Amino acid sequence: MEKYTLGKYDVVVIGAGHAGCEAALACARMGKETLLLSINLEAVANMFCNPAVGGTGKGHLVREIDALGGEMGLNIDKTFIQSRMLNVSKGPAVHSLRAQADKRRYHEEMKKVLESQEHLLLKQGEAVDIDLAEDGSVRGVLLRTGAYYECRAAVIATGTFLGGKIFIGESVVESGPNGLAPSTILAEALKNKGFRMRRFKTGTPARCLASSLDFSKMQVQEGDPHPVPFSFMNDNIDKEQAKCWLTYTNEETHRIIRANFGRSALFGGQIEGVGPRYCPSIESKLDRFPDKERHQLFVEPEGLSTQEMYLQGMSTSLPEDVQQEFYKTIPGLGNIRLMRAAYAIEYDCIDPMDLKLSLEHKQHPGFFCAGQFNGSSGYEEAAAQGLIAGINAALYLDGREPFVLDRSEAYIGVLIDDLVTKGTNEPYRMMTSRAEYRLVLRQDNADLRLTEKGRAVGLVSDERWERFLADRKAMEEEVQRLEISTVSPSEVNPLIESLGGTPVDNRISLSELLRRPEITYDALAAVDPERPQLSYHVRTKVEVGLKYRGYIEKQLAQIEKFKKLEGQTIPEDIDYMSMEGLRNEAREKLSDIRPVSVGQASRISGVSPADINVLLVQLERRRRKQS
Amino acid sequence: MSETTIAAISTAYGEAGIGIVRMSGPDALGVLRKVFVPNGSGLKQTGENGLDGANATVDQLQNSVDSAEDAGTWVPQPRHMYYGRIVDPKDGSVVDECLAVYMPGPQSYTGEDVAEVQCHGSVISYKKILALMLENGAQPAEPGEFTKRAFLNGRMDLAQAEAVIDLIKARSARSFDCAVGQLEGMLSQKIRAVRAELLDLLTELAVNMDYPDEDIEELTYGRLGNRISLINDELIKLKESSAEGRILREGLLAAIVGKPNVGKSSLMNVLLREDRSIVTDVPGTTRDTIEEQISLRGITIRFVDTAGIRSSADKVESIGIERSKDAFNRAELLLLVLDSSEGISAEDLELMEMAKDRPAIVILNKDDLPAADVVIAADGVVRRAADGSLEDEVRRILPGARIVKLSAKTGEGLLQLENSIEEYVTGGRVRREEDVLVTNVRHIALIDKAIEELSWAGRMTGAAEARDFIEVNVRAAFDALGEITGETASGEVIEEVFRRFCLGK
Repeated sequence: MEKYTLGKYDVVVIGAGHAGCEAALACARMGKETLLLSINLEAVANMFCNPAVGGTGKGHLVREIDALGGEMGLNIDKTFIQSRMLNVSKGPAVHSLRAQADKRRYHEEMKKVLESQEHLLLKQGEAVDIDLAEDGSVRGVLLRTGAYYECRAAVIATGTFLGGKIFIGESVVESGPNGLAPSTILAEALKNKGFRMRRFKTGTPARCLASSLDFSKMQVQEGDPHPVPFSFMNDNIDKEQAKCWLTYTNEETHRIIRANFGRSALFGGQIEGVGPRYCPSIESKLDRFPDKERHQLFVEPEGLSTQEMYLQGMSTSLPEDVQQEFYKTIPGLGNIRLMRAAYAIEYDCIDPMDLKLSLEHKQHPGFFCAGQFNGSSGYEEAAAQGLIAGINAALYLDGREPFVLDRSEAYIGVLIDDLVTKGTNEPYRMMTSRAEYRLVLRQDNADLRLTEKGRAVGLVSDERWERFLADRKAMEEEVQRLEISTVSPSEVNPLIESLGGTPVDNRISLSELLRRPEITYDALAAVDPERPQLSYHVRTKVEVGLKYRGYIEKQLAQIEKFKKLEGQTIPEDIDYMSMEGLRNEAREKLSDIRPVSVGQASRISGVSPADINVLLVQLERRRRKQS
Repeated sequence: MSETTIAAISTAYGEAGIGIVRMSGPDALGVLRKVFVPNGSGLKQTGENGLDGANATVDQLQNSVDSAEDAGTWVPQPRHMYYGRIVDPKDGSVVDECLAVYMPGPQSYTGEDVAEVQCHGSVISYKKILALMLENGAQPAEPGEFTKRAFLNGRMDLAQAEAVIDLIKARSARSFDCAVGQLEGMLSQKIRAVRAELLDLLTELAVNMDYPDEDIEELTYGRLGNRISLINDELIKLKESSAEGRILREGLLAAIVGKPNVGKSSLMNVLLREDRSIVTDVPGTTRDTIEEQISLRGITIRFVDTAGIRSSADKVESIGIERSKDAFNRAELLLLVLDSSEGISAEDLELMEMAKDRPAIVILNKDDLPAADVVIAADGVVRRAADGSLEDEVRRILPGARIVKLSAKTGEGLLQLENSIEEYVTGGRVRREEDVLVTNVRHIALIDKAIEELSWAGRMTGAAEARDFIEVNVRAAFDALGEITGETASGEVIEEVFRRFCLGK
C-alpha cells in the first residue's frame, strides 16, 4: 500500500479511552500540537465495563487527576446520575467517592471537551505501526490507510483493543470491546519490534432490559442526599438521582452454573490470559468459594436515556443459554431479557517494568505508555497514567525534567511505582491498602498536595489556580480561628453531653473540641455562631486536618525518612553487572529495572538490605573517585 | 549523615576482661544520658572494686566520681571517660558498673556522635546494656553498619571501600545463617503463628476498607479490640517465656544436687564467696533446701542446694525429700555433684538417671584428691569406669551434659564452671561472633516494638478511633515481626484479601 504523509504533530496519542483522553488533553493544554487517534470515535471515553467512576482508592485517583488539572473529575460531575461517599463510617483516609455515570453522556461530554480543545485534533483512525528511528526514538505513526503522521512523541493507550479476543462460551472472536474492531496489526508490529508483550484478560457482565426486571423483589440503593463533587472546581451539585438495586444468587443459581462449568471459556482452557482476582467471573467465585451460599448482584442503570441495566458482580464466560437460565433463578430477574451477553476479553499489554517512572519506555525515547497497555485495570487507573504520560510527553518535547510523583505524594505515585518497580502478574487495581502513607494521601487534600505541582508543569488553568489559592487561604484562616476561639464549659457542655462525651471543666478552644471523636465540624456550629460560610471542600479539609493532626504529623515524620532514600539518586550509566559485593540476583534485577533512586532500588523484590548497603558504599566510592 | 542512632556490642563475643557497647547517630548522647548515671549523682558508690583495671587506665575517673551531676542533664566532656552505672530508667535498677565516653562527630569512628560504654566482659551484661539502649531510642545496627557509616561520612579512605563491602557481605551472610538457625526454634515458630494471626486481622481490615459494598461481615470495634488484645497477650507471653528473656529478667534456677557429703555446700559457698555482689540471701523454708541468689557475670542465678532425693522410709526425712524433688524438677539447670575421689556410687547412678534429658552440668568435685575410676553398683559390685575414666563414664550415661572437674576446696576449675553456666544461658554454643547476640537482641527489640504498636492499636480501638488509623499500628507490629522472620513483604495482605474473600465489585 502507498504510504503518504498526512501531517506533522508534536504528539500522537493512540487510543481515546480514559487514558488517551487525559494524555491528549494534557499535551494540548501544555501547548503541544496533539493528534488523538481512535479506532472508532464511538469509543471515545467509553465505559466498556461498569457505569461508574470512583470507589475505594479509585476515588482518590480521580481527585488527584482533578487537582493536577485533568478532566475526569469534571466530566463525571457533569454526567453522574447517582453518587455515594463510601466508607463514611471509617476514617477520613479511606472515605471514597463513587458515582454512577450516564455512559452515553460521559462519552459525549468528554468528546465535546476534546473537540473544543485548542492544539488538539480528535480523529478516527487505526494506528498500525509506530515508526522508530535508529536510536529507538519515536518519529512517526502509520495508519491502516497508509497515512503517516510525523511526530516526536507518542502515547500508546490501546486498552483492550490491542490483540483483542472475545469469549462467550465456546465462541471466540477477534474483537475489541463491545464488538468494535480490534487492533491486531499494531499488536503484531509491536511484537516484531521486540517489545515484551504479555496477555491479560478481563470480563464484563451482561446488560439486560430494565422493563423485564421486577425491582420490588430487590433492595433499593439510593444516592447520598447531598452528593459530593469529585472536582475541586465544583461545590454544590445537587440533582435528582437514579436508583440502583441489590439482589442475590442462591443455591439453584449455583447448581446451574456448576453443571455448566465445562462450557465456560475460562475453565475450558481457551483463555490463556491472566485475569484479575478482585473482579472474578461468577464461575470463578463458585469455584474458589464453594461454601459461600449467595453472591450479591448490583443492578445499575447504564444511563438515563436507555433501558439497559448493568449486572454488577456477574461477569462470566459461560454461553448465553446458561446465562439466561441462571439469571432467571435470581429474585427480580425471573423474566430477564438480556440485551448484551456477558463476555471475557483477552488483550495484549507490556511488562510495565520496561518503563521509567515517567511512563516512557526505557529503550524508546518519546514512547510513552498508559492504562491497560501497562497492565493496569480500571478507568481511573488508566486516566491517572494517561495524565502523567501526557505531561511527560510534553515535557520530553521541551527537554524538561520528567514529572514523577512519589509514593508519599499521591496514589498516582503508588500506582506507577508499583507497576514500574514491582511489576504485576494480573490487571492491577488501586486499593487504599497499597498506599503506605494513606493518612496523608487523602482525597480531601489532593489539591493541597498536587495543584501547585500541576501549576508548575503548566496544566493548571488560571481559574483553577485562583480558586485553589482562595480555598487554601480560607482553610488556613479557619484553622487559625478555631485555634484561638474558645468557649466556656457552660456554653459547650450541653452539646458535649448530648453527643455522649465527657464534659469539660475549663474554657476550651474550638480546635481542641474538634479533636474529640464525637464532635464533628458541623456539630460544632451550635456553639460557634461566628463561623464563616465555607465550601464543602474547605470545611472538610479544616475538619480532617485538625481532627487527625497527631496521626498526620506522625506519618509526615515517616515520609521524611522515606524521602531521604528517594532523594539518593543513582546515575543512569551505573554498571551493576561489574559491581563488587552484590548478590547475583540483585545484580540482574537492578540491571533490568535500573532504579532511579536508592529508595526505588530497595523496593525491588530480590534486592536485600545488604545489597542496598553495598550499593550505598559503591555510590559513595564512585562519587569520591569522580570528585 | 544518618537520622537514626544505632547501637551494637562492639567487642567480640565471649569471655573478655571488658566489653564495649557502642552507639552512633544524632541521639547517641541522649540515649546514653537516659541509661548511664555517672557516679556521685545520687547513687551510692560501692567502693573501689568497680571495674578491673579501670583506675589504671582512666585518669578522669576521680573527677567524675567527685562530681554530683544528675543523670539526664549530665554534660560529659568530649572524649573523657566517666565512671558510673548503667541504670534502667524504668525502675532504677542497676545493670552494671561501667565506664562511658562520649565522642561528638565528626571526630569519631563513624564521623557521627558516638557514645561507648565499657562494661564487664560478660555476655549477659552487654546484652542488658544493649537492650536498654534499644528501649531508650537506639535501633539495633545492621551488620557492618558502623563501618558503612564511617565510610559514607568520609572517615575512611577510598582504598577501604572494598573492605567495607566485604564486611557487609560476610556479616549479612553470617547473620542470615544465624537467623535461620534461630528460626528453627520454638520462638520463631510462635512468631510465625502470631504473624499469621496479624495477617488475618490486617486482611479483614483491608477488605473492610477497600470493599465497603461487598457482602462481608463488618469488623466491629468489639471484635477488633478482642483480637488485638488476644494477639498482644500472646506476644507478651512469648517474650516472657522465651528462655533468654526470662533468664535475663528473673534469673536462672539452678539446683545443686548430689548425695550427702559430696561437697554441695562447699561448692555453694565457693560460688557465693567468689561473687561479692550477693543480691539476696534467702534461707529456704526448711533446712532441706536453701536458696541463694547470686549474680554471676551479670546472670542472676538462684541456686537451690538440695538435701537429697533418695527414696526413704523415714517419714520426717521424706518431707525433705519431697521438697528436694520439687526443686530438682523445677530447676532449669542441674548442677550434679559427684565425688571423684570415691567414684560413682549407686546413688550417683540413680541421680544421673533422673537427670537424663535435662540440662545438666556434672561436676566432678574433689579434683584435688586422687580420682577413683570405679563404679559401684547397687548390689555392691565394683567395676572400673568406662575407658578407665569417670568423665567417660558420665559422658556415656549423660551424653548431653557438660562435665567440669573442680575442687571446691582450692577453687580450681571454678572458672570453667562459670563458663559452662554462661554458655548454657546464652544458647549452649559459644560462637565468637557478635552477630549471634545482635540477632538475639534485635529479635527482642522487635517483639517489644510489636507489643508497643499493638498496645497503641488496642487503646485506639477502645477510643473508637478510625479503623484505617488503627490499621497503621497493626501493620507496624506485623512488619516488626516480619523483620524477625525475614518475611516483610507489602504484597502479603493483598494476596490474602483475594485468597480469603470473594470480591466482585
